[in-house]
Amino acid sequence: LGQIVAAPSRYSTAQTPNTREEITGYNNFYELGTDKADPRKNARLLTLKPWAVQIDGLVDRPGSYGLEDILSGAQMEERIYRLRCVEAWSMVVPWVGFELNQLLARVGVQPGAKYVGFETLVRPDEMPGQRRAILDWPYREGLRLDEAMHPLTILATGLYGEEMPAQNGAPIRLVVPWKYGFKSIKSIVRITLTEREPVCTWNAMQSQEYGFYANVNPEVDHPRWSQATERRIGGGIFAPREPTQMFNGYAAEVASLYAGMDLAKFY
Amino acid sequence: MQIAKMNCVLRGVPPWAVYLAGALPLAWVVWLGATGGLGIDPVKEIEHRLGKIGLWFLVAGLAITPLRRQTGLSLLRQRRALGLLAFFYVALHAAVWLGLDMRLLWEQAAKDILKRPYLTAGMAALALLLPLALTSNDASVRWLGQGWRKLHRLAYPAAIAAGVHYLWQTKADVTEPLIWLAAILGLLALRLRR
Repeated sequence: LGQIVAAPSRYSTAQTPNTREEITGYNNFYELGTDKADPRKNARLLTLKPWAVQIDGLVDRPGSYGLEDILSGAQMEERIYRLRCVEAWSMVVPWVGFELNQLLARVGVQPGAKYVGFETLVRPDEMPGQRRAILDWPYREGLRLDEAMHPLTILATGLYGEEMPAQNGAPIRLVVPWKYGFKSIKSIVRITLTEREPVCTWNAMQSQEYGFYANVNPEVDHPRWSQATERRIGGGIFAPREPTQMFNGYAAEVASLYAGMDLAKFY
Repeated sequence: MQIAKMNCVLRGVPPWAVYLAGALPLAWVVWLGATGGLGIDPVKEIEHRLGKIGLWFLVAGLAITPLRRQTGLSLLRQRRALGLLAFFYVALHAAVWLGLDMRLLWEQAAKDILKRPYLTAGMAALALLLPLALTSNDASVRWLGQGWRKLHRLAYPAAIAAGVHYLWQTKADVTEPLIWLAAILGLLALRLRR
């Protein structure tokens, strides 16, 4: 895998990242299989080049942007972020990427835009999970525009200083560290600026369990399990559970985005 | 004739051999754990494997009567061992959940059992199996008489609760838990028409 030159970032956590083995061998990427070991096994099936992202909706310069084009001029940084899965496990991942707001600035967000929608690749011949209707393909996610513009929100193209492995969402994926992992959509082929809240796959499927916001919140439980604590992957069989932090530990940066909102209602 | 011969052979299989064979899945999990074969999240893997093995034995125990009625093949002498093995794995599954997964956070665990239907169902299965395990001995059979048979019909709701527990904890792809639940309900339905 190719090396990526990336600057360190003040947004990185000082916590020790999980190993490459853990990060690349334990994935929720249903397009490549529902078992967490499946995506690595099936990663080789995915064709990553060429890759283009359709950017449309309320933007000044809509169109199909090649990956090289998107990356030219992007300020790449290493962002070591905590990752909290809605399933109550967590990791620390050294992503390489750039702030989404750079790309949005480039395509020109129109004044009416309030949300950003994302879509993952649909290619059943290369993605065995998509041959069955486990989810309503394509996988879709979305953010409010201010969330998308926040400097913590990145489009990642690598980890551990190298190109992104396919099972982690190559070649380009979203990372929103204060939200549950499923918001950080993988292998993006479309970004749409909209006035209305975009459809999000898990939210549409089970809205009681998966909200549009999906902010990490130890006080708002998933209906089927508590979100108060989490298991850090890689701690071994006898590692204690850790208390889950509000906004996954990024409250100082993002809490103001939700001032005055009832987070139990807008979960 | 064939069936009679096979039943003769099966009668000769001592229960300790069933217990020994029943310990093999546990030995396999321990072996995988010791050699790093349980993947990146060994806690979940141990937990899920033990629960699944418990289901095997529950279903095997439920299959004995229909098998005898449909084919004449009798495994009655092995049924107690299968039932006790089912209880053993289900109890171990629950112990791993409480000890390794919940890390003995009793309060959170208790709240979860009451609040989360999938956990309530799983715990109900365990609770229903407990009196069956405690009375799976000759003394209890004699002591309880006809009541023993009635008591051990709790295996039916226990199996249903276990199947529902598996289904309700599944996130998206429910194919496998639905197959298990269908098998359990099918085996119970076979009992209704005698």
